Amino acid sequence: MADVPFRILPRITKRNEHFWQGGRDGELRFQRCRACGYYLHPPAVLCPKCHSKDIGIETVSGRAELLTYSVNYQAWMPGPEPPYVLAIVLCAEQDDLRLTTNLVNCDIDAIEIGMPVRVVFEPHIDEEVWIPLFEPAERA
Amino acid sequence: MSELDLVGERRAVISGAGQSDIGRRLHRDPLELTLDACLAAIDDAGLTTADIDGISTYPGGMETPPGFSGAGVVEVFDALRLNLNWWTGALELPSQLGAVIDACLAVSAGLATHVLCFRSVFEGSAQGDKGRAAVMPGGGGRGGGAPRTSGFMEWTLPFSAPSAAQWIAMMAMRHFHEYGTTREQLAQIALNARKNAAVNPKAIYTDPMSMDDYLEARMISSPLCLYDCDVPCDGGTAVIVSRVDTVPDLRKPPIQVEAVGTALHGRPSWDQFDDLTTMAVRDAGPQLWSRTELVPTDVQLAEMYDGFSFITMCWLEAMGFCGKGESGPFVEGGERIARDGVLPLNTHGGQLSSGRLHGFGFIHEACVQLWGEAGERQVPGDPEVGVACAGGGPMAGALLLTRRR
Repeated sequence: MADVPFRILPRITKRNEHFWQGGRDGELRFQRCRACGYYLHPPAVLCPKCHSKDIGIETVSGRAELLTYSVNYQAWMPGPEPPYVLAIVLCAEQDDLRLTTNLVNCDIDAIEIGMPVRVVFEPHIDEEVWIPLFEPAERA
Repeated sequence: MSELDLVGERRAVISGAGQSDIGRRLHRDPLELTLDACLAAIDDAGLTTADIDGISTYPGGMETPPGFSGAGVVEVFDALRLNLNWWTGALELPSQLGAVIDACLAVSAGLATHVLCFRSVFEGSAQGDKGRAAVMPGGGGRGGGAPRTSGFMEWTLPFSAPSAAQWIAMMAMRHFHEYGTTREQLAQIALNARKNAAVNPKAIYTDPMSMDDYLEARMISSPLCLYDCDVPCDGGTAVIVSRVDTVPDLRKPPIQVEAVGTALHGRPSWDQFDDLTTMAVRDAGPQLWSRTELVPTDVQLAEMYDGFSFITMCWLEAMGFCGKGESGPFVEGGERIARDGVLPLNTHGGQLSSGRLHGFGFIHEACVQLWGEAGERQVPGDPEVGVACAGGGPMAGALLLTRRR
């Protein structure tokens, strides 16, 4: 990405570093329960399904579906120039593995709920944070 | 013992209601506004400060965001030199009205007799001429270094999504997608509020608004435009929750708390809640109806949170006034929700036109209407049953109120 906009970045902790720094290797990573296979997001300390504390980190495909979106026109704070697109996407790996993100590299008029998207990372290298954004992908 | 015998909130009544001056920017001491509302409510109940033995408030004292809390428990407690048997001021509640519901439980449990419940804001003055940007994290000239975020906002702020307007816009968009809801339908929440504000002497925006005005307003975060967002203001609201056996001591027949709803059966999250079209209000509504023999068609007025217009649509569905996904057709044309319609809605003008008093304005209006004291905006037909609902996203609280004879 040529121009990286100002972002308020997350405070990196042991619990969330996999998510915010996976983009250094081009990988979208989530916690996953080693006992039952459930993906966790946001990060937690035990599996909400089986209460195991045996939680590992796993890289997912980065493929997702657009659940909903909003084209933001209001300048709330320093950051990407409006209009920019907010989105909630559902990762392909699990039927409730979702996150709020921005939809980028997309014509606003071409946005459709349900469209396939894929992860792309916006590097904030000096701050060691890689923001996972999503862009349109080809239909499978 | 039947299940309904266990409905403890029925031992609570609302005995008085009060409000301070309300304005876009009053530049008054927020504690003064708070106390004006509190003293008005105490007087309305026919009580004195010596009778008040409990306080319940949302969110409690807090410095940020600027203007969000006009006063906490301790400031009011001390200013009025009260002697309290029970008190609370909290943010993590089933909505702003969770503070009133807590008071109902406290009197029901015998911990207190007359609880002063209040909520005050001075967001209008605090934001000044910079608008909402002045109170956004990292915005409005706070400046200085690169801030970092954590907690819930960690999952929204890095994506330039600091505002509930944006999170709710995404839910509205999903509702539009699943149910065919339109902007013209959503507009009725704002148009209805403006019509009612025109006859509320304390309202902030009273100029007539047309459908064209609405459709041409600048977009904030699609599909929500400027008129889908409430107006920050300064003001305080208070109600007194009393134990039912004190009725003979009160100035006027109080309002009966018939049932409340506080449930949240899903992840307590804006973006992780399972159904992106309903928010938490989905669960509070049915819980309320499980605690009473009354049914949605008994309700004669509905005062339901409109911090953003779409939240009211969710409440219409959650409270069973229409089916799931059917709020668009229900409000279409605006006749059903007008003051002379089948379900008069936000009869004071809501937060959209009468100011973001943040939840408490709805219960104040429900009580005033049930007491028949609403003046020019009084709902016809001598209403006896109303609802007050507040909250959106991961918090929701509702009260079913009836007039005692």
